Amino acid sequence: MEFVDSHREGRQAQLALKGRWVAVNIADIQEQLATVDLQGLAALSIDAGLTEPLDLAGAWALEDYLRGVEAQGIAVDFKGGAPGTLRVVRQALAEDSSVHPGDSVAEPWANPVHIIGVNAVERVHHLASGLSFVGHVAVSTLRAFGSLRRLRPISIVRHVYDTGITALPIVSLIAFLITVIIAYLSATQLRNFGADIFVVDLITVGVLRELGVLLTAIIIAGRSGSAFAAEIGAMRLNEEVDALDATGVDAIETLIVPRVLGLVIAMPLLTVVADLIGLAGGALLCHSLLHMPIQQYINRAESAIAPTTFWVGIWKAPFFAVLIALAGTYRGLQVRGSSRELGRLTTVAVVQAIFLVLLADALFAVLFMEIDV
Amino acid sequence: MDVIVDVEGIVNRFGEQIVHDGVDMQVRSGEVFGIVGGSGSGKSVLLRTILGLRRPDAGTVRLEGQDITQLDAQALRAAKARYGVTFQHGALFSALTVRENIQLPMLEHLRLPPDALEGLAQLKLRLVGLPSEAAHKYPSQLSGGMIKRAALARALALDPKLLFLDEPTSGLDPISAAAFDELIAYLQKELALTVVMITHDLDSIFRTCNRVGVIVDRRMVVDDIDRIIDYPHPWIRSYFHGERARRLLPPAGAAHGA
Repeated sequence: MEFVDSHREGRQAQLALKGRWVAVNIADIQEQLATVDLQGLAALSIDAGLTEPLDLAGAWALEDYLRGVEAQGIAVDFKGGAPGTLRVVRQALAEDSSVHPGDSVAEPWANPVHIIGVNAVERVHHLASGLSFVGHVAVSTLRAFGSLRRLRPISIVRHVYDTGITALPIVSLIAFLITVIIAYLSATQLRNFGADIFVVDLITVGVLRELGVLLTAIIIAGRSGSAFAAEIGAMRLNEEVDALDATGVDAIETLIVPRVLGLVIAMPLLTVVADLIGLAGGALLCHSLLHMPIQQYINRAESAIAPTTFWVGIWKAPFFAVLIALAGTYRGLQVRGSSRELGRLTTVAVVQAIFLVLLADALFAVLFMEIDV
Repeated sequence: MDVIVDVEGIVNRFGEQIVHDGVDMQVRSGEVFGIVGGSGSGKSVLLRTILGLRRPDAGTVRLEGQDITQLDAQALRAAKARYGVTFQHGALFSALTVRENIQLPMLEHLRLPPDALEGLAQLKLRLVGLPSEAAHKYPSQLSGGMIKRAALARALALDPKLLFLDEPTSGLDPISAAAFDELIAYLQKELALTVVMITHDLDSIFRTCNRVGVIVDRRMVVDDIDRIIDYPHPWIRSYFHGERARRLLPPAGAAHGA
């Protein structure tokens, strides 16, 4: 399609605009304008007798072109007046002539030392604010135990349901699958030594001491840690947290404490379920894989498990719960301004929750070994 | 005058609750049409229906003669590119800067060279009266008035002839609201836009609207602004002749939408 028609007589030229000068055609229009020969021109007369008025994009393209033309000292005039939209464009752009299309805020080249310094200071601030958050939650929790109204039992029950009961199917499934993995792995290896029976030791001790609680914690970190961060983050974006603050209600007490306590209740219970499913799955697999009678599995399990084995796993659950809940809610409260922040901090919440759980588990392993449990 | 938005017999139901029961409304090319109604009367539902975001339970919506309730997904997407819309709270994409917000519809629907993309974004920004510096700000860094203006700039990104505004002046102080009305009137006149706006703001109605549609009793009453104020319906009477309105209307009742 043709958009311009140029006619040249010596140092004068005429430019007739044709076709539809609208946004979809801008690329072609600019291309065709660029081919008009302006060399040695003194005056350019434009005929904008278009069948359809230019839209803003068309007018902008014309204005953009004319600025370039006038910058070369060529006089421009319109035959039959300038189009109305061009006037609008000129008026809009006139008030600020310093607009350079394409200029973006250039970040000054940062000095590496400066970056390290800024990051270090930020880290310290983050650590301090994280600690103050933990302290705030601890104090609020203690205070909450002072009165039933502050404890918000209904809210806690809701969180036990959301984080615990609804997580039962997935936790059970994962607990079963993990015993399948251990059973197969250990059975193929131990069979070589004729030590099949130790598969039972591996499954029972492994599930009760470590895997039951650890896998539950990891699933809950992914499930509820992210939910906490997203819920509170969305409330933050919606200014609900500020509204709570402004009504004189402590946001930590209403939003964070019930989540922490709810998860502290739910996690050990989920762990018990995971342990049960793990042990039952172990029995099933030993029976089908190693043709071991169920009674033999039970007998072997009884001798393999020390009285403390089960409690070692269960004891860790509330600690993991606190870590997951704190990571999720803390990151949720940090959300500011945009939905991207919400996504970023939810991710951070889950990653940190899992990291903290694993770190704590490693510390527990060392601790339990030192105290000989 | 051509009818650009033609709504006929719209019925919207939410379960047992009937929100609209045969809403008719015609918007003529080049006018500013105000939609008024009490809270919960279904103004926003009506707007969503007209925009093609919600399929009505009955009735037709024609935009420039095209019945959008019958279009398939692809044709509907194309139809949506022909109007601009601003939502009540701005609905700017919070993860994008103002400039990126304005450029998003252009990137989606047009093939533009980079300098045109920049230039047009700047133009739209200046057109709605925002300073160039605002281009690189995120929505969370803008004031309420600036958000409304940025949303308008985004609505104008594709140079639509038809503009829908959902409560454009809500949450603005009276001076900013007046300035915003002025801006809408200026753009409407200069760019020959057809504007449909939902509003509660009486000042805004008298300043900008040619005709008004009032949603009462699940239907719509449409008339010129200076006639509709004298309708006998109790809600319409109390809306246009309440304490608030009396200050705006000339005592003789011969108001005109100037």
